[in-house]
Amino acid sequence: MRNAYFVLAALAVAVVTFAVARLIDNAYVFFAGYVVLQYIVLATAWNILGGFTGYVNFGTAAFFALGAYTTVVLHKTMPFLPLPAMMLVGGVVSGLIGLGMGYLTLRLRGTFFSIATLAMAVVAQTLITNWNFVGGSRGAYIIRPSDSPIFSGDYIQYLFVVMLALSVISVSLARAIQFSRLGFGFSAIRDDEGAAEASGVPTLKLKLIATALSGGLMGMAGAPLPYYVTYLDPASGFSLSYAVNTIAMPLIGGTATWLGPVIGAILLGTLQQVATVTISSALSLLLVGVLLVTFVIAAPKGIVGWFKK
Amino acid sequence: MSNVLLTVAGLGKRFGGFTALNDVDLQVAEGERLGLIGPNGSGKSTLVNCLCGTLRNDMGKVTFGGHALNGMSAHRRTRLGMARSFQLPRPFTTLTLAENIRVPILYAANVKTGGHAVDPRERCDALLDMVGLLPKADLKPADLTQIEMRKLELARAMASDPRLLIADEAMAGLSNQEVDEILALLLKLNGQGVTIIMIEHIMRAVLAFSQRLVVLVAGRKIADGMPQDVIRQPDVVAAYLGS
Amino acid sequence: MDLSFDLLGNALVSGLLLGGFYAAVTIGVSISFGMLDIVNIAHPAFIILGSYTAYIANSVFGFDPILSSIVLLPAFYLLGMAIYHVYDVSFERRGDASIRGLAFFFGVLFITEVTLVLVFGVDYRLVDAPYVGPSLHFGVIDLPLRLLVPFLVSCALIGSLQLFMSYTFLGRAVQAVAQDPMALRLMGANPSKIKRIAFGLSIASCSVAGAILIIIQPVEPSIARDYIGRIFAICVMGGLGSFGGTIIAAVILGVMESLTSTFYGPSWSPAVAFGFLLITLAVRPSGLFGRT
Repeated sequence: MRNAYFVLAALAVAVVTFAVARLIDNAYVFFAGYVVLQYIVLATAWNILGGFTGYVNFGTAAFFALGAYTTVVLHKTMPFLPLPAMMLVGGVVSGLIGLGMGYLTLRLRGTFFSIATLAMAVVAQTLITNWNFVGGSRGAYIIRPSDSPIFSGDYIQYLFVVMLALSVISVSLARAIQFSRLGFGFSAIRDDEGAAEASGVPTLKLKLIATALSGGLMGMAGAPLPYYVTYLDPASGFSLSYAVNTIAMPLIGGTATWLGPVIGAILLGTLQQVATVTISSALSLLLVGVLLVTFVIAAPKGIVGWFKK
Repeated sequence: MSNVLLTVAGLGKRFGGFTALNDVDLQVAEGERLGLIGPNGSGKSTLVNCLCGTLRNDMGKVTFGGHALNGMSAHRRTRLGMARSFQLPRPFTTLTLAENIRVPILYAANVKTGGHAVDPRERCDALLDMVGLLPKADLKPADLTQIEMRKLELARAMASDPRLLIADEAMAGLSNQEVDEILALLLKLNGQGVTIIMIEHIMRAVLAFSQRLVVLVAGRKIADGMPQDVIRQPDVVAAYLGS
Repeated sequence: MDLSFDLLGNALVSGLLLGGFYAAVTIGVSISFGMLDIVNIAHPAFIILGSYTAYIANSVFGFDPILSSIVLLPAFYLLGMAIYHVYDVSFERRGDASIRGLAFFFGVLFITEVTLVLVFGVDYRLVDAPYVGPSLHFGVIDLPLRLLVPFLVSCALIGSLQLFMSYTFLGRAVQAVAQDPMALRLMGANPSKIKRIAFGLSIASCSVAGAILIIIQPVEPSIARDYIGRIFAICVMGGLGSFGGTIIAAVILGVMESLTSTFYGPSWSPAVAFGFLLITLAVRPSGLFGRT
């Protein structure tokens, strides 16, 4: 029941958010808001594996870009598919990649998994760069429809709503996990994997669930990207800034709960949108790096930690 | 021996060129209190790790309650009813005491009974009460004293509802009075029908507790019998006092 | 057939030379990750930093890139000590090295890269030295000095580190620190101090490794990432912390990449290292020569 109430509350927040954005009635609000929402999903997804289970994924960009490129493929082969269906496929592709990666490396020490995710990002980028069907290194152009298919408004408003819905789903899922049997298992693994096994926790299975869920959500977050940017090339799709942001946001917000990544994504995402416009995009990225290092050193429990004893 | 619970046959384990366990045979009966002693490096911990599935044994067989355990993962052994406490307590540091206990209730005890046979909350309170930690249920392990940490370790092991409890040096570093407290706790558990293997250096405790004593030296079992007889055996004396 | 034999021969030789260079860029990680168990994924960023310091010394002051990188060793050593100090105080002593420590180095990697972009832009930079252009010829085999000189410098770098590790008290203490910090403490050495020195050495190696990198290829800030996979692949394959294993693994990878690049095109070569790393992790995480 608690979960149902939370989903209702999250939906209410989402509806209000959309209503306010419509009232402002400026396309930039939707373009900027989309990015912040996308980071809420990415940070929440990262935190399911990184914060709850304790395995650091440096390969966010790969899971994200694979979702985006799945859409490119579907757009060329099955253009009639609605966007949510493409997102589902993108999520499955990235989730399966996560599962495979996890199966190969999760029996090892955590640091090996982290290094392997970095490696995986470069392998995936090389494959896409050499795959001409999706544009190779030249990139792919996608024509963004002009109008929303489900309500009257610009297509960017539709993308905004879709990402808003995915945010509600991801955050509700993360919160449900946190208070569930699965969440206790994840925490046990994070704290002491050997003791977790001895307590009956099937650690490998749970780690695989976390990796697949986390990767799948990242893929879903990436799937609408081609329609948002209208031009997608490997260098921008696999940009390291996705990885840095998705690690920085949960660590700055606080990794222990579902709330931390949301706070981190809203603060850091908004800050970057503002900084990119007012200063420069390179400086805004530098800002993220500096904040990340500052927070891991000075505030190990993140912003959420300030409000608990 | 009536109602054998655990059978170890020809168990062997090597690390590179070093033989940690060599052809160890052991039987433990349902409800028994067994003491396992041996000098440092004699293979006690390796034996525990092979029994619990943390390490894979290279040779021999372990059978528990009619199940062959070879190759079985640690969590499935726990679910079958084999629990351990760690030599150095290894609590889940970011969870409260109550949550620490909850993990094995959710993942072992309730899996065995097929779901919701016990209410996790009641069971958790009962276990914490048994070791006297109920008032501290909402604290984190970092707030505990040494003996409280040991008690938490035992309570967590018991939360999986085991048939066999392996207590690996549950009393190391405790005061005399604290040793008695843990001893009383273990005897009480045994009274409730739990079979217990106690690995211990504190002889007073082992002798007070054990119905039977097994001695490991350099990876081999050199004695197995009534405690009073075993400690008089010349090779046991030699192993402990140096020949 | 003759043509492809020439190609093969040249690919093998340049792969071998490349391997020597890869060993030099990896040796620092063999110390920090292999011996100290510190996952410094920012290591390649410091190598690129080394490339840029060599670039400034060369293009602004006209110095030889290799000589200037040797002069700059103490500066990189101090930088390494400083970074270790922050890491030690913030993570190791709190017993919280895993997630936050990794994130810390990831942040440092990113800060270094973005700072280099802000200062130097994203253009490729080159150095100028007498050995950058010419080649030696042995029959059909070309030996470009641009690869041969870095190879020799790598050998010198690894050789001197090996001598230090084997024949000095400090060197042996470094090797002991990962295995048995307690024993080290009993010997009257402070593990934290030993690790700081070792980490300083690991970052110092970036000065020389960076200089030879910019001799071999033009450098821009983001190529650090291509080297993360190479470096860790070699380090893991080489059995974590073994210099001999590192050299062999580096040569294998160099040859593989060179062959891939010759016969399939250079756009595939980044995947070789990472593919190798994934396979190594999946099949034999203790490395080709490590003990299980």
